[in-house]
Amino acid sequence: MRYDRQIKLDEVGVSGQEKLRSASVLIVGVGGLGCPAAQYLASAGVGKIGLMDHDKVSITNLHRQVLYEENDIGKSKAIVAKGKLQRLNSEIELIAIEEALTIKNAEKLFGQYDLILDGTDNFETKYLINDACILTGKPWVYASIYKNEGQLSVFNYENGPTYRCLFPKTTRQNISCEATGVLGVVPGIFGMLQAMEALKIILGVGNVLSGKLKISNLLSGSEQILKLQQRPEEIDKIRKNGIIPVKIECQISDESRLYLDIREIFEQPRINSAKVIQIPLSDLDERIWEIPKEEEILVFCQSGKRSKKVVDLLKAEYGFQNLTNVEGGIETIISNS
Amino acid sequence: MKVNVKYFGVIAESAGKNEEVLELKQGTSVKDLKNQQIKKYQIQDAESVQIAVNQDLNNEAELKEDDEVAFLPPFAGG
Repeated sequence: MRYDRQIKLDEVGVSGQEKLRSASVLIVGVGGLGCPAAQYLASAGVGKIGLMDHDKVSITNLHRQVLYEENDIGKSKAIVAKGKLQRLNSEIELIAIEEALTIKNAEKLFGQYDLILDGTDNFETKYLINDACILTGKPWVYASIYKNEGQLSVFNYENGPTYRCLFPKTTRQNISCEATGVLGVVPGIFGMLQAMEALKIILGVGNVLSGKLKISNLLSGSEQILKLQQRPEEIDKIRKNGIIPVKIECQISDESRLYLDIREIFEQPRINSAKVIQIPLSDLDERIWEIPKEEEILVFCQSGKRSKKVVDLLKAEYGFQNLTNVEGGIETIISNS
Repeated sequence: MKVNVKYFGVIAESAGKNEEVLELKQGTSVKDLKNQQIKKYQIQDAESVQIAVNQDLNNEAELKEDDEVAFLPPFAGG
């Protein structure tokens, strides 16, 4: 019998396995956290798993996003993950959702699952998950990574504290694993801890990490569990107003120049300035005419790589002579004040 | 009085250390200590930083001898 080794446990048993089979989990973001979480939930026999990711596999994902292989580069993460996991467990239902989570789709989507597992890498989506979970009454398993350190908690579980209770105010400093660097093991371990919390919630066993925040530094080996404070006004605010979008915006340090931002609209942080023309790379073909040819323009993306290609292409194919690539990407042109 | 202070995430980098022992005046509040350290280490987005005293994030009161104070920033990597 496939699940024999876990059914043997008192905490699981035949009835627990049945609970797993009838449970559904939505994984938002199938990256460093979401990949290992998805693997363990699928292999444990969770009956329905939603795999939500708008991103495509890139070569720099492979050291930590362990569902993907070299020949998956350029393919949709949600689709590739679904295929891999279906081969791992053909008895469960896997749903690939190739979309970004937005205010428009969040509540409807969350309504179709028992709990949400946060595999995202930005504040906007974490607040969005939080608010949509409050409105749909779903618990969510949170994790975040900064270098060798991780935070873990279960929010909105049986009227427990939420992410807004922990961080009522957020920071502009949205520092991703891409920017800081990370050993793949770190999100790997936290993704598995998230899977464990999800299993505890589904099975109704053990101590769910609700009302607590676990912080571990995997380099120093130090670990703390902090008690969270419930902030009812933060929860009521959402119940009353619906989802409150959190926008992380930043300023350009030199507003005298003109810029072209070719990042996709979901890439963070956003810059709100009359001096920045925003044309996502995916729309560039249809919108080239919007780029002025007279004025000097600095072209940027997240790292400086895509924008370099765009500058080269626009020069060679469309005769633009006024474009300069921002070598170090967005970080080098925003102000830190 | 002495308190043990721990720093997490990017704050540990601003401070250049994970923890330290500080000698404080009697009557120093959690808020006083937060403001003092934020200035000292030029910690950014101070509003977002949460403080735990003796592993509890629910705290407003004065600090006591041997309290453990943690400075916790939000982060979002994954």
